[in-house]
Amino acid sequence: MSARTYELIYILKPEANEQEVADLQAQIEAVIQRLGGTLEKTEAWGRRRLAYEIGKHKEGFYVLHVISGSGELMKEIDRRLRVIDGILRHLVVRVDERQQVAERARTKRMEESRRRRVARGLPPERQPGEGPQHDNDDDGDQSYDGVDVEV
Amino acid sequence: MAFGARKPAGGPGGRGKAAAAGDKAGGQRRGLFRRRKVCKFCADRIDDINYKDVKLLSGFVPERGKVLPRRISGTCAKHQRSLRVAILRARQLALLPYASD
Repeated sequence: MSARTYELIYILKPEANEQEVADLQAQIEAVIQRLGGTLEKTEAWGRRRLAYEIGKHKEGFYVLHVISGSGELMKEIDRRLRVIDGILRHLVVRVDERQQVAERARTKRMEESRRRRVARGLPPERQPGEGPQHDNDDDGDQSYDGVDVEV
Repeated sequence: MAFGARKPAGGPGGRGKAAAAGDKAGGQRRGLFRRRKVCKFCADRIDDINYKDVKLLSGFVPERGKVLPRRISGTCAKHQRSLRVAILRARQLALLPYASD
């Protein structure tokens, strides 16, 4: 079976100490090993403010894992995380399909730009000093300014 | 739509950005002419809208915590759909609010 890539994020209670974090991680790694997956990346974001209160907590300790393995593996991890008290939230997301789509879009765009450049008699790659010189009018302000115009 | 005010597409000045800058220089951005809205994700070539990128997503979540509609942000349909999913996921993880105020 082809391996799938998942992202697992969980939020621990903010008062979790290093020992608890390490314990939990060891537990997850054990499950991964037992069900034949690999832990590809671990990223501890550390304490972050929550956008809303969960229980009485206003902060949480975020940990991200990138795991490749089977669906059964993630199901098992999901089940285990559900029962652990120290975890406020967790989320499992499959990412490989999205990444492939993004990758394909990128290659397609590059090829298209190459083809068009060649058609215009330019070298396929962009030369240094070429292209837009970034005077972007968009100030990144996405807030609604109160005027609604149908386009 | 401010098409009438714009140089014809494909003219020497190029598209989008140049025209928008022209509007500003003319000082008539509000009222008569309106800057054409462009999908941010198409413009910046963001293929994968990630739920972890709070900085990016929060631009599409106004004060109240709702998802900014397409007619205001100018996001294209394809990207609005994936934006929505990303915001939904970010909410689950308390990266974005469900509702505020």
